Amino acid sequence: MKYADEFRDKEIAVGLAKAIRAEANKARPYRFMEFCGGHTHAISRYGLEDVLPTNVRMIHGPGCPVCVLPAGRIDMAIGLAMRPEVILCVYGDLMRVPGSQGASLLKAKARGADVRMVYSTIDAIRIAEENSAREVVFFAIGFETTTPPTAVMIRMAEKKRLSNFSVFCNHVLTPPAMKNILESSDIGDKGQFEIDGFVGPAHVSTIIGTEPYEFFAKEFSKPVVISGFEPLDMLQSILMLVRQINEHRYEVENQYRRAVTRDGNLRAREEISDVFELRDRFEWRGLGQVPYSGLRLKRSYAIYDAELRFEMQELCVADNRACECGAILRGVKKPVDCKLFGTLCTPEMPMGSCMVSSEGACAAYWAYSRFRDHRQRRAS
Amino acid sequence: MRGHQRKLDIKNACIDLSHGSGGRAMAQLISGLFHEAFGNEWLARGNDQSAFDVRAGRMVMSTDGYVVSPLFFPGGNIGSLAVYGTVNDIAMAGAQPLYLSASFIIEEGFLLSDLKMIAESMGEAARSAGVHIITGDTKVVERGKADGLFISTAGVGLVPDGLDLSAENARVGDRVLISGTLGDHGIAVMSKRQNLAFETEITSDSAALHDLVVKMVEAGGCGIRLMRDPTRGGLGAALNEIAQQSGLGFRLQEEAIPVKPGVAAACELLGLDPLHVANEGKLVAVVAPEVADAVLGAMRAHPLGCDAADIGEAISDDHHFVQMATSVGGGCIVDWLSGEQLPRIC
Repeated sequence: MKYADEFRDKEIAVGLAKAIRAEANKARPYRFMEFCGGHTHAISRYGLEDVLPTNVRMIHGPGCPVCVLPAGRIDMAIGLAMRPEVILCVYGDLMRVPGSQGASLLKAKARGADVRMVYSTIDAIRIAEENSAREVVFFAIGFETTTPPTAVMIRMAEKKRLSNFSVFCNHVLTPPAMKNILESSDIGDKGQFEIDGFVGPAHVSTIIGTEPYEFFAKEFSKPVVISGFEPLDMLQSILMLVRQINEHRYEVENQYRRAVTRDGNLRAREEISDVFELRDRFEWRGLGQVPYSGLRLKRSYAIYDAELRFEMQELCVADNRACECGAILRGVKKPVDCKLFGTLCTPEMPMGSCMVSSEGACAAYWAYSRFRDHRQRRAS
Repeated sequence: MRGHQRKLDIKNACIDLSHGSGGRAMAQLISGLFHEAFGNEWLARGNDQSAFDVRAGRMVMSTDGYVVSPLFFPGGNIGSLAVYGTVNDIAMAGAQPLYLSASFIIEEGFLLSDLKMIAESMGEAARSAGVHIITGDTKVVERGKADGLFISTAGVGLVPDGLDLSAENARVGDRVLISGTLGDHGIAVMSKRQNLAFETEITSDSAALHDLVVKMVEAGGCGIRLMRDPTRGGLGAALNEIAQQSGLGFRLQEEAIPVKPGVAAACELLGLDPLHVANEGKLVAVVAPEVADAVLGAMRAHPLGCDAADIGEAISDDHHFVQMATSVGGGCIVDWLSGEQLPRIC
């Protein structure tokens, strides 16, 4: 498969792993957080832990927009979908995300809610055009990557004068979340955490570029390498981080040069700023309220704002107290350290954010890596 | 006008409730469409059941329901799928499929021309698989109560003397063979389901595997421990099932697992894993190491097994994990799917 197989070459992977082993100082640990869920998925799916030296540890960050969506927002969406006049259009992996008391859009659909899985924002527009007597709401979610298509869709709805169309906006921003993580290094009884550097978001950076991460490198002295999602991308990025640490450099480097520039996609950024504005705060599952981390529609597009149109009430639902997602997302604990992992919390019945989508730290660990614990136990 | 029968207007008419009422319209539909398509001596007798001779030996029986959407997809339709699916379930026991039943639940408004095409492809599939559809049933439900058409088929087959394929026969060191590329059917159906336009048309692998099985049994005899067709849930589900039943684990080599480039690319695009995508014309076999090369050779000599590959081995594992050595030198589990595979947002 062109443009993918080249980045999964075994010989090059072995060479990169060898270089990491040679350059990583055995006397110290290297703790790198990969922000994107896509990176977490790649690490687990390709078993990259097996090719890294033991003193290079990857910490799975909060970078999956589905995982970090709080239960309250899911409850709000379910409430909306249960209204007989509403057709709720959602991306596929949102269907199983748990709200409170185990509710989900998949279960709401089974109870009669008209929830339709869409592959793109265009599908939602088409459904609105085909169902003029119904209210069609698009459940917008995602980081900066999926925000431009939502903006374009809203402008398209305006151009087509669609009066039965609106958006339940849940778009969030990565830099505020990264700042939140770095500023909460001491999280009380959940322990002290240390991160030596970040594998920076890939798709997000195609939109916002590398520039927003320069602040973290300078202010927090943490190197950032923007990385692609293929296994060779990951290994090369880890090598670049090891080198920065060894050389006491704290810079933003761009491994994903085939798709990312310093300024990103200016047209897409314009689309976002034209349609959206910052919320004062937005709740992230596992991280809590994060200031200026979410987007909502500007006043000029208020008629397309489902929260206003349907007078939706903000719902806050506490996660299970035993859930360790907050600590796992910050790298203080591993999935297996959580009492709920694999018992009350499984991919079939996720309790916490990290188990919600296949890109969450716990779900990826469960699906691809849990044999390692058994292997280690057997070895010891 | 007693005794008068309208001729079926297959070109323009559609199914209405009278076609399931048990009256003349239903009789017309059965004789004018289904009997025509399936045509055999058992159906011609017109009984509510069919009697057939039973030979001495072990019989197998299997049944399955088919609810695919869309009903027509590149490489087949619900009708051929309903025949091949049950034929393959029987063939996985090493058995020769003999007779099928077919039950139709049709939604009011369904086009007769579509039904005719589906029935004809069922007839053709049955003939190519050497089985006879000897009994059936037709029900019509109101518009909106079925997704066009549901078909259930059941079948019986005869197992050759001395052959006993079962998961409990698997042993540590056995080889895992797959008959060809993975995920073709699931991606072919998905590509039409949501009007996803791919540059290359991906065709379903839907096919009857009984003849391939005969060749494999000739080559491997009782060295073949078990066979399974990895349909829904794909190879991942099939091997996890076998691991649980056999009390073993499996270790696969990712590089050895055949996947067509177009299917791999579609899976990348949709965030799916070909190991979990459905197949309708593939089988996975666990065979004793001493017969593995012979069985693999026999598979590759057959048109339905030309891409067959040895993809791994059975191992001792108390947790019954299906492990995989990845293409870049790491390791991971190939787990059961959690619910349906859903496309990721980014």
